[in-house]
Amino acid sequence: MNAWLFGTLGLTPADWLTLFGHFMVLSLLAVGGAITTAPDMHRYIVGQRGWLDDAQFTASVALAQAAPGPNVLFVAVIGFNVGGLMGVLATLLGTLLPSTVLALIVARLGQAMRQHRGAIAFTAGLAPLTMGLLLSTGWILLDPVRNRPAAWLLVALTLWVMLRTKANPLWLIAVGAVAGAAGWV
Amino acid sequence: MSEALASPASPMALFWACNWLALQGFGGVLPLAQRVLVERHRWVSRERFLELLSLSQVLPGPNIVNLLIMLGYQWFGWRGALASVSGILLAPLVLVLGLAVLAAHWRDQPMVAGGLRGMGVVAAALVLSTAAKLAPGLRGNPLGLAACVVFALLTALAIGWLRWPLVWVVLGLGLPACALAWWRLAKS
Repeated sequence: MNAWLFGTLGLTPADWLTLFGHFMVLSLLAVGGAITTAPDMHRYIVGQRGWLDDAQFTASVALAQAAPGPNVLFVAVIGFNVGGLMGVLATLLGTLLPSTVLALIVARLGQAMRQHRGAIAFTAGLAPLTMGLLLSTGWILLDPVRNRPAAWLLVALTLWVMLRTKANPLWLIAVGAVAGAAGWV
Repeated sequence: MSEALASPASPMALFWACNWLALQGFGGVLPLAQRVLVERHRWVSRERFLELLSLSQVLPGPNIVNLLIMLGYQWFGWRGALASVSGILLAPLVLVLGLAVLAAHWRDQPMVAGGLRGMGVVAAALVLSTAAKLAPGLRGNPLGLAACVVFALLTALAIGWLRWPLVWVVLGLGLPACALAWWRLAKS
């Protein structure tokens, strides 16, 4: 029961707070969507703290993509794997609170700023960063399998299907699961 | 398009609509949101929907959540914001955590570990495909294509290869990129 509530890593109160704080900062940096902050989550949780390994981190993102709902829920799976339901609270609330407050403020102020040159420059300036962050995310998620040629074949197949057909990505995830379970990748 | 728009009857109606949306949307809820909120329920006009969407893309945080917060707030104040956000998140959260529990429990089985590994490969490729789909949009960027490519590559190098903290990369590369965009917009 305790493992479900707090995980098995024995995080201290200070750990919970820094986890929460880290995700609050990332929330405000997530201009290109939550997934663009995945590299920094990886840097902190896998690299710096050693709470998850590469395979667990990638599997967390993959599970969220296999389930229905907004993609941001990958954050909750990472939180759960670090520290049970308490971890979910820290990562999901940390991710949602700051951006939600901002959105509410904007909803109150109205949309006067949308046509503003500052807003256009902001979006345009960050667009190439989003691109770089998405490429980094893909690269980092491949950390556990990068030396397996079959994995790259699956990457190529997925890219081809996504860019050339209208197939539902869920089928691709199922193909990945079967290929992995059969030991091909 | 002759039927008039009508706000949702109650925060509860909004909650159930978002809940339905969340459980139908595999691999992103946004396209479905437009179909449900604009076309089926006629709670919001297409123009207003796109306006709020572009606004939520400027704001940090998940676009769909930002969009639903602003819509919910517009209709019912903070109760509406709460109804839409909990509607879109709660049921999928329970589902995905159920999956996480199962996966954690069976992780030592070679077939499960392999299956998760294969799903991870596809997950990575799906993110890369998002990048590929966004790439043509950079052509119209006021920064100019060359500057876009340089900024994107520097970001990928700093984050993906050197694994620097995101804060410093956003400040160090994002600020100059926005300043350059601001300056180019002034000249054009």
